[in-house]
Amino acid sequence: MRLEYIGLSELSGSLIVLEGVKGVAYDEMAEVTLDSGERRYGRVILIDGDRVVLQVFEGAKGISLENARTHFTGKPMDIALSKEMLGRVFDGAGRPADGLGEIFPEARRNINGSAINPVSRQYPRSCIYTGVSAIDGCATLIRGQKLPIFSGSGMKHNELAAQIVRQAKVPDQQGDFAIVFAAMGVKNDTAEFFRRNFEEAGALQRVVMFLNLASDPIIERILTPRCALTAAEYLAFDHGYHVLVIMTDMTSYCEALREFSSSKGEIPSRKGFPAYLYSDLASLYERAGMIRGRKGSVTQVPVLTMPNDDITHPIPDLTGYITEGQIVLEREMEQKGIYPPVAILPSLSRLMKDGVGKGFTREDHFDLSNQLFASYSKVQEARSLASVIGEEELSDTDKRYLKFGEAFERHYINQDAGEERTIEQTLDLGWKLLTILPRGELDRVDGKTLDAHYVEGAWESLGTGGGSQPA
Amino acid sequence: MATTRMNQANYTIHGVNGPVVTVIGGRGLAMMDMVNVGEQGLIGEVVRVDGGQTTVQVYEDTTGLMPGQPVTAQGAPMSIELGPGLLHNIFDGIARPLEVIQAESGPFIGRGLNIPTLDRGRKWQVTLSLQVGDQVEPGTEYARCPETGLITHRCLIPAGLSGQVAWVAGAGAYTVEDPLVKVTDSRGKVHTLCLAQRWPIRTARPMAQRLPIHRPLITGQRVIDTLFPIGKGGAAAIPGPFGAGKTMTQHQLAKWSDADIIVYLGCGERGNEMTQALEEFSELLDPKSRLPLMERTILIANTSNMPVAAREASVYTGMTIAEYYRDMGYHVALMADSTSRWAEALREISGRLEEMPAEEGFPAYLASRLAEFYERAGYVKTLGGQEGSVTVIGAVSPQGGDFSEPVTQNTKRYIRTFWGLDRSLAYARHYPSIHWLTSYSEYTDDLKDWYEKNVGPNFVPCRQRIADLLQEEAKLMEIVKLIGADILPEDQKLIIETARLIRVGFLQQNAYHDIDTYVPLDKQLRMMELILRLHDGAKALVARAIPLSQLKATGIFDQLTKMKYEVPNEDQGKFEAYQQQIDQALEQVSRANS
Repeated sequence: MRLEYIGLSELSGSLIVLEGVKGVAYDEMAEVTLDSGERRYGRVILIDGDRVVLQVFEGAKGISLENARTHFTGKPMDIALSKEMLGRVFDGAGRPADGLGEIFPEARRNINGSAINPVSRQYPRSCIYTGVSAIDGCATLIRGQKLPIFSGSGMKHNELAAQIVRQAKVPDQQGDFAIVFAAMGVKNDTAEFFRRNFEEAGALQRVVMFLNLASDPIIERILTPRCALTAAEYLAFDHGYHVLVIMTDMTSYCEALREFSSSKGEIPSRKGFPAYLYSDLASLYERAGMIRGRKGSVTQVPVLTMPNDDITHPIPDLTGYITEGQIVLEREMEQKGIYPPVAILPSLSRLMKDGVGKGFTREDHFDLSNQLFASYSKVQEARSLASVIGEEELSDTDKRYLKFGEAFERHYINQDAGEERTIEQTLDLGWKLLTILPRGELDRVDGKTLDAHYVEGAWESLGTGGGSQPA
Repeated sequence: MATTRMNQANYTIHGVNGPVVTVIGGRGLAMMDMVNVGEQGLIGEVVRVDGGQTTVQVYEDTTGLMPGQPVTAQGAPMSIELGPGLLHNIFDGIARPLEVIQAESGPFIGRGLNIPTLDRGRKWQVTLSLQVGDQVEPGTEYARCPETGLITHRCLIPAGLSGQVAWVAGAGAYTVEDPLVKVTDSRGKVHTLCLAQRWPIRTARPMAQRLPIHRPLITGQRVIDTLFPIGKGGAAAIPGPFGAGKTMTQHQLAKWSDADIIVYLGCGERGNEMTQALEEFSELLDPKSRLPLMERTILIANTSNMPVAAREASVYTGMTIAEYYRDMGYHVALMADSTSRWAEALREISGRLEEMPAEEGFPAYLASRLAEFYERAGYVKTLGGQEGSVTVIGAVSPQGGDFSEPVTQNTKRYIRTFWGLDRSLAYARHYPSIHWLTSYSEYTDDLKDWYEKNVGPNFVPCRQRIADLLQEEAKLMEIVKLIGADILPEDQKLIIETARLIRVGFLQQNAYHDIDTYVPLDKQLRMMELILRLHDGAKALVARAIPLSQLKATGIFDQLTKMKYEVPNEDQGKFEAYQQQIDQALEQVSRANS
């Protein structure tokens, strides 16, 4: 028998309230059928005796206190999973959106997932080569890592994410590679850009897409990354795929969460975001990783646009506290015409130290990247001094730093969107650039490594000195 | 009668809002009592009693709970089991062993698992310390057993129990539940004691007396031991924006500090980091005993995606375990990473309880909770008359890296060592990124005598000179930023050069370098002395109007920068060679100008 509750007792935003309800569980799914026959889905978010509050994914537009009948399904929100998901497109709530019909489920899973036991985790150590020097050389992406791109509106984060997807390679090509793409509140153009990119790379059959576009309901947006990650976990840990999850744009996701929270009348914390934003984001990001004894892995590259380019805004701030590093894009670099416009100094990969070096990439990798960071941070000092006293007045060493800074940006960070550099090319380039500086300035590298890699004047072979235009 | 009413009460769930559950059906539940909620028996704790309605925070995901499901009262406050088997183990926020959880529910953590903290099957080789007829007081040792290769576990008569020993088991192998001793108290009641005991986590364990802090916690990290030391029994905070190296510093301290026991608490942090800690501590050997560091370590993991209410409890779980070992006469260091996540858990639950928020949404009792926690640190005389200590080192993750936010500010009031991590140092990969201008330690005076006696009379003056030089450099850098370093007079150039040597050659320490990762105190002193020797010699040269560039050209500054990598900790004879090089360089420049 199908039990339905007729009518509602209250409506507020996307929330509907029923009274006199019995036997309903927290987090249970419900179907709301309107008199017009339209069916919507909702979830129990609060129970107080016989009063139940439902969150309706499609919004409460058109629902009145009398025209709706509610049926509780008796189970939490889950999605159908199958290997056939590869190559398919779903909407933000995990329903097929490409007109190819339902998938035949091999399993159904709760989209909230559960925490991976730290004892069961395998510490990620093998790197993923992206062919992008700024990432491979200085903030290496590791399989099983969560490494977000912090960007701002109008910067080339989508291009960079697409390039990573196109070029990502694991050194020991074992296991299949799959991509799960979750779009949250992005414009139609952006979703199309990614789709076209996957197609051009011939990767469409390895991609699962979950699309919640800017005009789609915000409640679904809260489900989108959860559906995507459930699919990713399924492919990784049940079928042994190495899954790369691209989630864009986390800022839209957080704003949806804020909108929903305020409609529930919750006490806001910083900038109006709910107090549980950290826990909520963690419940997404922490789903990256590897499990001991299972073949696959889930690697996340979330993309977020920092409101007003402010890295201390709650969204990038809390994200940075959860993720294992970040790749920060900078407007100044973008304006200089450098692609990818990566700001090297704040960019960091926390897992890099254990995934590079001897036996992984090259012995000198970690020392070299430390030296590049240290030297480039002195470039900033020299630049600010030059802006006060003028370049002419700088000491000889400082002038060399300026030159190194320019060359580093033009030759190392800057590369073509289609250019794929091997790790050797990236590292050798780094050493060449360092020879612009006097050997005595390189204080992060021991003598032996310097002997092996520091060749006086090697930078001259780059053809152009500092200040040249991008090739 | 109260007891009958309690038994008759038929508690059921009334409402659910995230981790907060309301319960009806009786008035017998006490504040902070432990309850089991729903058919799976999820563990929860009473946080508010309001007439016939009781509010419970549940330590697990509440999906699937429905009104009418049963709630069972445990009749006691939230407590954990203590006994042998804690060391070399990893637990969740309410002290359930994660290894066993893995065995029961696979790689993903299941719900409603009522797993005891200590292994029921494992037998320990126990020696009894009492005889029939002995008088016992709280703190009297009644049994001991080797818990790991490093630590002997001592079982002590719990607080509140004194009397006469009525029965003692023979030495042998026992599980944690086997009776070992029976004690008859003054009212004739017989108490049976075994290896395991229970203690309510929110109550500080009693001690005989607090003692003044007089010994440093030696960490082998130069910037800490030399400039900003912490005493055993002290409290320190490490605040810093993300990426500044909080966790890295905590790991270093957990690995190298000279505490007997480390309780490492991952509170709302990354899962991979806990896995890494577990792996690393199992592989790394204790420098003294050559046994794995895990043998002295207890890990508590409530990663950021584990239930938020358990995060709130995890700091108390960690503290209770730390105090338990302190009472045996050990020096325990508790690393809490990060206390901000705990404060945020408080905020989250407070929001669900619809309490009136104070600053930035945090509840008004934030400060008093922080105070309660940090005050449980201390160097004490235990009930058994021994000396033990709990040192607390709490990481703080300020929002936006802004130290003026409530958690950092309130924490500062209850700690005495402050290691402020700095974003710009981290960007330049200067680790540990503890900034010498924002950090402080109030323990320097308390520890002065110890340093003078144990390291050398020269240590404290050297430290002061190093700190002064850094201070002067900071002032000079203000000028340099405006006009460049070339314009400065030679003696000021020297200060900048020496300060650079101190920063790069001394304060910066490479955690991945075999020699540099841990540096004993005598080596720290030698390094300071050499740097100052060079500085003094150079000062004399500069006073004779000899340009500093001549001395720099000898390369002696660059050489000293790298001495940290060259001199092994065990064999410091190489310092002699450095001293000669310094003297030669000074001599050479001096002669060239005479």
